[in-house]
Amino acid sequence: MAGILMNRKLQSKHTALLALLAVGMFGFAFALVPLYTVFCELTGLNGKTSGRAAVIETAVQESDRVVTVQFLARVGKGLPWEFRPSEPQLRVRLGKIYTTTYFARNRASESVTGQAVPSVAPGVAALHLQKVECFCFRQQVLTANQVLEMPVQFFVDTQLPEDIHTLSLSYTMYPVAELENTDLAQLRR
Amino acid sequence: MNNHASAQPSGRHPLVAFAARWLLTTNHKEIGTLYLCLSFLLFFIAGAFAMAIRTELFQPGIQLIEPEFYNQLVTLHGLVMVFGVVMPAFVGLANWMVPMMIGAPDMALPRLNNFSFWILPFAFTLLLSSLFMEGGAPNFGWTFYAPLSTTYGPPSTDFFIFGVHLMGISSVLGAINIIVTILNLRTPGMTLMRMPMFVWTWLITAFLLIMVMPVLAGLVTMMLTDRHFGTSFFDASGGGDPVLFQHIFWFFGHPEVYIMILPGFGIASQIIPTFARKKLFGYNSMVFATASIAFLSFIVWGHHMFTTGMPLFGELFFMYATMLIAVPTGVKVFNWIATMWGGSMTFETPMLFAIGFVVLFTIGGLSGLMLSIVAADFQYHDTFFVVAHFHYVLYPGAIFSTMAAVYYWLPKWTGNMYDERLGKIHFWTASIAVNMTFFPMHFTGLAGMPRRIVDYSPQFADFNMLSSVGAGLLGLTQVLFLYIVIKTIRGGPKATDQVWEGAEGLEWTVPSPAPRHTFETPPSFPGDEPDHAYDQVPGPRDGGDTDEP
Repeated sequence: MAGILMNRKLQSKHTALLALLAVGMFGFAFALVPLYTVFCELTGLNGKTSGRAAVIETAVQESDRVVTVQFLARVGKGLPWEFRPSEPQLRVRLGKIYTTTYFARNRASESVTGQAVPSVAPGVAALHLQKVECFCFRQQVLTANQVLEMPVQFFVDTQLPEDIHTLSLSYTMYPVAELENTDLAQLRR
Repeated sequence: MNNHASAQPSGRHPLVAFAARWLLTTNHKEIGTLYLCLSFLLFFIAGAFAMAIRTELFQPGIQLIEPEFYNQLVTLHGLVMVFGVVMPAFVGLANWMVPMMIGAPDMALPRLNNFSFWILPFAFTLLLSSLFMEGGAPNFGWTFYAPLSTTYGPPSTDFFIFGVHLMGISSVLGAINIIVTILNLRTPGMTLMRMPMFVWTWLITAFLLIMVMPVLAGLVTMMLTDRHFGTSFFDASGGGDPVLFQHIFWFFGHPEVYIMILPGFGIASQIIPTFARKKLFGYNSMVFATASIAFLSFIVWGHHMFTTGMPLFGELFFMYATMLIAVPTGVKVFNWIATMWGGSMTFETPMLFAIGFVVLFTIGGLSGLMLSIVAADFQYHDTFFVVAHFHYVLYPGAIFSTMAAVYYWLPKWTGNMYDERLGKIHFWTASIAVNMTFFPMHFTGLAGMPRRIVDYSPQFADFNMLSSVGAGLLGLTQVLFLYIVIKTIRGGPKATDQVWEGAEGLEWTVPSPAPRHTFETPPSFPGDEPDHAYDQVPGPRDGGDTDEP
């Protein structure tokens, strides 16, 4: 009898522990989200560039190596904008600061706010493309039919891996949701 | 299989008594039967989807099915086969056999067991009802990648989400029950390292289920909030990342594919020794191989995502980790072969299916090895080569092993022998048909035919026609299987208690058919038998505990 009672107790303990494991794994799925973001920020693996301006300490090291930087643009769903790079690509010397611009025009008859999200390919190059100044650092407000040339000031640092000869910098311009959730849902339709 | 219920004596209306018996049952054998019946029913439904797909692909061009509906068929075929056929079939077998194999009177948590099963019909009603909704059923493939399923999913996606939630709850509760049963209700003398292999593989599978089904539940919850509550887990416009979806999905998805095969390994490890009339070769290595496969399954998910722009280091890591899985899997295959080596083999239907499983699963395993090579995967990715690969591991793997198990234990369940001649016809036609259906897909895939598309280039026409003819035959053989099972339930030559001459284990010590209640007092388990692993080695030692690692 005592054996059976012991068994019952152990059974309840096992059941509780396993249920706890299941609940923990449910939480783990959500924990993966910030873990992934932090991991990508540290390693630049998914092509996400730093959201902050690069601080230039003394003179930036320059080298003779030259790579191509291609510029791409995409307009997010629901944004009534025209948005494109002013030049398709640039040959850049590593370590030297360049400035290029993106062209934007608001085709709506009202003021619209957009936010550009950058992405660099190949992903590992994201850590080495340093932006001194970028329109993606803040939201852009365009009044009805307004045209704007938006500058990006950047350099590619000398630590760029040897096997990379071309990198692309892509911006997707998204509408900013001061809109309520319902409006967002409508935009997606 | 429900018709032995009609004999239940009761004062109530027979229909009420019948419903009450099956709705309220807490008996592990009856719940096992329910699981197997549901799985069989869904097997024919998902099979019908496959028939429709193969009929459309019989010729190039769009003949019968609209592309939009084709996508829905592909999605539902995958979802129902994975969650509705393979998993419930294995859970059903576990319910029937685990208590009988370890000498337990029932599962440890019988009421929970009833609940786990009865969630499932509701889950699949939710999922399948989406076919009749405005906007159609989910159409984004069984992998439901964002943003296809979030931004662009049809309205019925929410039914899919709640269906998956219910399936997840059912699997997790079932898995908890199985682990608690195995850990607590073994008969005295049955140490962990002396459990039958089927019990071992299920113990490990249950742990996998508890680890990953909640992750899947979390994933569909994120989808739900992305769709309706303004979050943006997978939406780049709100700071999310669609690639994150794939990471979470495959963190669940890769262990999931082992959930669908490990119990099959266990079944083969029960059947092959019986018909080779030898003990299983390398019992300990079988246990450790299973455990290592389970561990490795958590660190290889990236091999599904080689083409997402992963850095070289990641690709190499996932490639080598994936190739590593071939080692424990190889150990298992060689152990099965070594078990047969020098045995006095006979080839009854369960043995045929088990050998078919070993041979054809190995083909699927080898094409998996090809897919693990990063450079080659860029070519194979999303082609019919992948379709050929996973159908080889799932059809002759999971489905053949389930059929082997049904033929093996059906005489114990019903008390009647199945028709051996029909069983052999079933095996041979199914084997021919399965190869005819899926082998040509290797070639079309290597030649570049993409998967999940309703139409294809005319150069693939001949191979596709062959596949479709094979699929039709394969569908017919399963009708024969249904006939054989029903015929066996209704009657046939009486089976002995041991059923098979070479069968060993506690489940063969109870009468055939197994009475409703077995092992109400723990049976005696031979305590002085030599350890499984080494008793093939002749020598002065008498085996025993000293051989434990």
